[in-house]
Amino acid sequence: MQIHHSRKKHFTAWILVLAMVLAGSVLMSCGEAEKPAETAKEAPAKATEPIRMGVAGPHSGDLASYGIPTVKAAELVVEQRNASGGIAGRKIELVVEDDVCKPEIATNTATKLVADEVDVVLGHICSGATKAALGIYKESKIPVMSPSATNPGLTQSGDYPNFFRTIASDDAQARLEVDFALAKLNLKKIAVLHDKGDYGKGLAEFAKSFLEQDARGEVVLYEGITPGAVDYSAVVQKIKNSGADGVIFGGYHPEASKIVTAMRKKGMDTFFISDDGVKDDTFIKVAKEYAEGVYATGPVDTTQNPMAVEAIERHRKKYGEDPGAFFLNAYAAAVALLNAIEKSNATDFDSVTNALRTEFVGTPLGILRFDERGDAIGVGFAMYQVQKGQYVEIK
Amino acid sequence: MEYFLELFLGGLTRGSIYALIALGYTMVYGIIELINFAHGEIYMIGAFTALIVSGVLTLLGWNALAIIVIASIVAVIYSAAYGYTIEKIAYKPLRNAPRLSALISAIGMSLFLQNYVLLAQTSDFLPFPELIPEFGFLEPYSNFIRSSELVIFAVTAAVMLGLTFLIKFTRIGKAMRATAQDKMMASLVGIDVNRVISVTFIVGSATAAIGGVLIASHIGQLNYYIGFIAGIKAFVAAVLGGIGSIPGAVLGSLVLGWTESFFTGYVSSDYEDVFAFLFLVLILIFRPAGILGRSETEKV
Repeated sequence: MQIHHSRKKHFTAWILVLAMVLAGSVLMSCGEAEKPAETAKEAPAKATEPIRMGVAGPHSGDLASYGIPTVKAAELVVEQRNASGGIAGRKIELVVEDDVCKPEIATNTATKLVADEVDVVLGHICSGATKAALGIYKESKIPVMSPSATNPGLTQSGDYPNFFRTIASDDAQARLEVDFALAKLNLKKIAVLHDKGDYGKGLAEFAKSFLEQDARGEVVLYEGITPGAVDYSAVVQKIKNSGADGVIFGGYHPEASKIVTAMRKKGMDTFFISDDGVKDDTFIKVAKEYAEGVYATGPVDTTQNPMAVEAIERHRKKYGEDPGAFFLNAYAAAVALLNAIEKSNATDFDSVTNALRTEFVGTPLGILRFDERGDAIGVGFAMYQVQKGQYVEIK
Repeated sequence: MEYFLELFLGGLTRGSIYALIALGYTMVYGIIELINFAHGEIYMIGAFTALIVSGVLTLLGWNALAIIVIASIVAVIYSAAYGYTIEKIAYKPLRNAPRLSALISAIGMSLFLQNYVLLAQTSDFLPFPELIPEFGFLEPYSNFIRSSELVIFAVTAAVMLGLTFLIKFTRIGKAMRATAQDKMMASLVGIDVNRVISVTFIVGSATAAIGGVLIASHIGQLNYYIGFIAGIKAFVAAVLGGIGSIPGAVLGSLVLGWTESFFTGYVSSDYEDVFAFLFLVLILIFRPAGILGRSETEKV
């Protein structure tokens, strides 16, 4: 054993920190400021002015890839509509504005669109920017429909009667899990587990609050587990001891497969319901026969929908590439907005929003209508179950 | 009471899992005072080797017992070769360097091996076959203990006794103890210190490989990252028990396993790690050398 006699060394290191001041550069897009789509070349059939649809979202900056597909979807929908004569003889015109996904810029974007007298707005893309802009549209009584803003509060707070969306909100999976557990499986005692991450814990918190509001079931256990731990036998014992007849787990498949395997090996046939972090073939591969019977929510697969197939084909033809993020959601939103204007034969706020809530419309996401809060009915998640080694959608 | 017993056995399983890894940690530390951070990776490589071998043998249609024996043997040999090579490449050139240099080298080796397996194999989780069959005689007690758990306890105990025997009663064990006490003096009286250290790494890596096979088979999955988390916990367990002490590593692992299990069972798993480490700090405050560690008097 070597002994170093106390050779005390004192290292004093001074580190100079240079404060870097980054000049906030605001990117304004000028190129697409105002872009009349497919201006009526032939014969202004009627003297009526065009219907103006605003399109807002990030069209420049590092999140542009989330916003551009929506612009393209709007262009495709409007092109088709105008080619078949527009709505009641009125052509449709797009007003595209960039919000760079920033709330502080989104308010300017909204003000600009309001000044341009748009009738409806397709956008915004990011939840934060959408929220910032919504107040301005609300004052001006303009219906807004987002293809991508998933923050639950946008619809559930009830603050924005002018807001609609064609994407399920973040809590939709938890809602579906809870409804499925209580109504379809008739579970009474439910253990809610999560992996302490943003995604898993967020879902678990929603599931817990939905269960607490519902008299049919109760939460008998609410726990966070440590991701990556060597085994979960103690947690599994705790589930067993709690008397739960079902587990709702928020998290990803590596932990889910360990928990399910341990439960099944202990001879527990407790139902296991999870989210799209578990609706992954790796889960089945790893948990093998123990995966059988596990429920997981996942996005409804609509790519086989004939309208979706057509929309994607038209996108390929016109832009020479596959569509990007939220394309089908945006396409559906544009179709729904124009349909509402057509059905109500008006562009005023009450008529359009009423039509959105009452008229069914065929879109690439299926046949839609919007509920009181503005969420699309029929869009979102479906429940899947592992059956014979495959996830099968449960109707 | 049944719940208590279940948690107790759950903690015992988890503790035994830690112990299988902690034994190699503590053995290497005991001889050359190096915290071999790459030890967790050896464990992971052992599990991967067993997965590949058992996959091939299953395709060839061998029976279950032959598969587990051969897969374990290949994993042990392969991991031992890794342990030997790592020592030669990463630690031997630094033997007379400050201890911190060897520690950094160990961390580097750990990262290297993780990424090597990540690139050479996959980043995905892979299913691991249940190599240990369910024993018929355990059927009535299956909700308390399963055969893989029983095998893990038994192997942990056997490895602990085996290592103790090796160190206390064999010629190489005597050489190990001498090397641990004073490398310079040991070499002066004719002990081949390099060979002793190589043997230590080979034995330590072999225990890690056995752990890898049994634990992966118990849990049913693995990926390139399993060695890191298990390695950290095993290291903590070794420190808790008194690093350098073979029975200490097992005791420390069991204490850690029980702490986690009971805390999860009776309080909450949200703060499982927080509580486990708090417990570690408390023990080290009152027993700085760990539960079974002797506070070394400096030999001048």
